[in-house]
Amino acid sequence: MAKKKFWYEYLWITSLLYLSLGFFNILFAWLGLLCFLIPLIMSFAGGKKGYCNRYCGRGQLFSILGKRLSLNRPIPKWIYSKWFRYGFLTFFMAMFINMLFSTYLVFAGAKDLNEVITVLWSFSLPWNFASSAAPVANWVKQFAFGFYSVMLTSTLLGFVTMILFRPRTWCVYCPMGTMTQLVCKAKYKE
Amino acid sequence: MKKIATLSTKDCVSCGCCEKVCPKKAITVYNGMYAKVDEPLCIGCGICAKACPADIISIKEVDTLG
Repeated sequence: MAKKKFWYEYLWITSLLYLSLGFFNILFAWLGLLCFLIPLIMSFAGGKKGYCNRYCGRGQLFSILGKRLSLNRPIPKWIYSKWFRYGFLTFFMAMFINMLFSTYLVFAGAKDLNEVITVLWSFSLPWNFASSAAPVANWVKQFAFGFYSVMLTSTLLGFVTMILFRPRTWCVYCPMGTMTQLVCKAKYKE
Repeated sequence: MKKIATLSTKDCVSCGCCEKVCPKKAITVYNGMYAKVDEPLCIGCGICAKACPADIISIKEVDTLG
């Protein structure tokens, strides 16, 4: 008998959709904030990590792809060490703040809109085809470019580690996962 | 002798991958902090150990009373 599927088991489609929409109009990148806010709200309000387990579209996508593509090897110990996980979270947040600062500079008029997607924080891809044809301020667009870069970079990292190690290796060092775990630990004082 | 899953709570990233695959609902993420095995329910099948992305779950043989 086939197991009944719940609606939230199809959330991987939204992850795919998100990445593809960015090719058409970069402003869709703003939707990615949901992947930041929902897990945080869930951990603050509920004190649980239900998002990771149930609703994370990216995790689902990696498990599905991993069934076929993953080499399914054990991961090196350093990836799940506290040093690496908290280090990656710090690095990720620093890059995030840097991105917010660029947005601010565009907002303040100190910098022009830079229509590039930066992968792995260093390689710039021209992204003018996905142009931001919308009557919005430049800083709104700048944030979208920056945010999409973050999302694309992390998906790429997750994809590579999905192939090399276990399907959901990304979950081990996912900054959101680390952050929500910290919130839960703080909440229960452990 | 009975087989059960054990893990290092210190290294657990609490992603919930184990919870998702457990056929007996014997492993759950405790308050979002780490996975916890409900020993009487665990049948030691090892499915969670294979799913764990951090590879920290192992199957151990334990003595049981009755």
